[in-house]
Amino acid sequence: MYTKKVMKHFQKPKNYGEMKDADAIGTAGNERCGDILKIYLKIKNNKIQKISFETFGCPAAISASDVLCELCKGKTLKQALNITAKDISEYLGDLPKLKQHCSVLGKEALKKAIEDYKKN
Amino acid sequence: MKVYLDNGATTKLDDSVTKAILPYFNEKYGNASSLHSKGQEAKMALEESREIIAKKLKARPDEIIFTSGGTESDNLALKGVAQLHDSGHIITTKIEHPAITNTCKELEKQFEVTYLDVDKEGFISLHQLKNSIKPNTILISIMHANNEIGTIQPLKEIGEIAKEHKILFHSDAVQSFTKEDINTKKINIDLISISAHKIHGPKGIGALYVKNKTKLKKQILGGKHEYNLRAGTENVSSAVGFAKAVQVSNKKDIKHMKKLRDYFITNILKIKHTKLNGPKERLCNNINLSFAYIEGESIGALLDAKGICSSTGSACSSKELKASAVLEAIHLPPEYINGSLRLTMSKFTTKEELDYTLEELKKIVEKLRKLSPLGK
Ligand SMILES: Cc1ncc(COP(=O)(O)O)c(C=O)c1O
Repeated sequence: MYTKKVMKHFQKPKNYGEMKDADAIGTAGNERCGDILKIYLKIKNNKIQKISFETFGCPAAISASDVLCELCKGKTLKQALNITAKDISEYLGDLPKLKQHCSVLGKEALKKAIEDYKKN
Repeated sequence: MKVYLDNGATTKLDDSVTKAILPYFNEKYGNASSLHSKGQEAKMALEESREIIAKKLKARPDEIIFTSGGTESDNLALKGVAQLHDSGHIITTKIEHPAITNTCKELEKQFEVTYLDVDKEGFISLHQLKNSIKPNTILISIMHANNEIGTIQPLKEIGEIAKEHKILFHSDAVQSFTKEDINTKKINIDLISISAHKIHGPKGIGALYVKNKTKLKKQILGGKHEYNLRAGTENVSSAVGFAKAVQVSNKKDIKHMKKLRDYFITNILKIKHTKLNGPKERLCNNINLSFAYIEGESIGALLDAKGICSSTGSACSSKELKASAVLEAIHLPPEYINGSLRLTMSKFTTKEELDYTLEELKKIVEKLRKLSPLGK
């Protein structure tokens, strides 16, 4: 039911784990199916230096989290905020229709992390 | 290693079943309603099959109505009873299979339906059942073994309550048939749904036990097949396969599954924050676990990548994005509800397969917990 790419990011995510020295953290929860995603950011000169995630969720949610991190690396905060759910879904080679909502979650968590950073 | 632990969904045909079925496709292919010898040959096989299934329930052959499966049997039982009335009250439970639940929802347009609660282990309360009975209650439908958590309801006691109040009693015994003893001579029961594909028989055939003289409104109209309760040319090959599957079922296989089930449960519960869903004394082939802080579909996908077939009741995995109604009904704590995993064995399951599953499952739970923001 999932593409090879989804399974690759799900089975061997590269960007997971708590970041002890994060500059910003954002959490988003998905009411529809209970997924929870936490994004950690290390930021320097308005650029994302390091990013990692922790996700409670299905294979689609975990792979979408990993891909979001992949897409954010080295981007400015503004560029990162422009990443869309569609970018993630396309990168993964299409998520099943029922799982599209999983790719929205990452963007929300990222937005919250960046807002959190700007506040401080 | 390939390990199939989704026997609650469906099972592999027993070799003896496959062998028994085959002649009915291109040798003994007659229509059981035809009067010529080819037809009578099929008729004979059909009636022998009916007898074998009846005997397993200690019933009479004319009390067995072949259907297309458990779903149709459930529909025939509920609608068949209800539609003989203009209005009335039906009692069922919150943990029934969708074949019952959705039929009841449809019947709610015209009838009142009470859905009984269950306790933490999935048992109904006989007290609540008694208290739910009204003067216009026409039917009690309570499943025997639950398909998700393996809870076995006390049919005998329920039957006595039904008898005392002169209410018809139906049970969906699709999961328990041949695994638990059901003796229609000893318990008061009017209707029982069973299905072949859960017991190493073919898909697309089941039966409804209809106690002598119980009236039902026919649902599928046409010829006068199946004692005029279910029209359509009889599925003789499948009936033969169903009967063969019943015939080869035995106590030794049940013991084997129980032993493996308890071995697996004891060992898997060594993982921290793991819960057994359902009671300890349960359906012989059913294991249902919840792992806190991780999600069931992810566990299943990683198991599948290791060749292990399982199922889950998590919200993510369902088409409606809702957690299993059964797990909701037993009030599983929120951190456990989406981390459920059902493993259902068969007589073919081996200890080696379970050891392999235990080993892989431990690694998977650890891996997913590392990925999860919860429980830290
Ligand atoms: C408890 C229960 N009832 C009914 C059914 C439906 O049976 P069938 O698949 O034969 O229609 C199933 C199996 O899916 C079941 O587990």
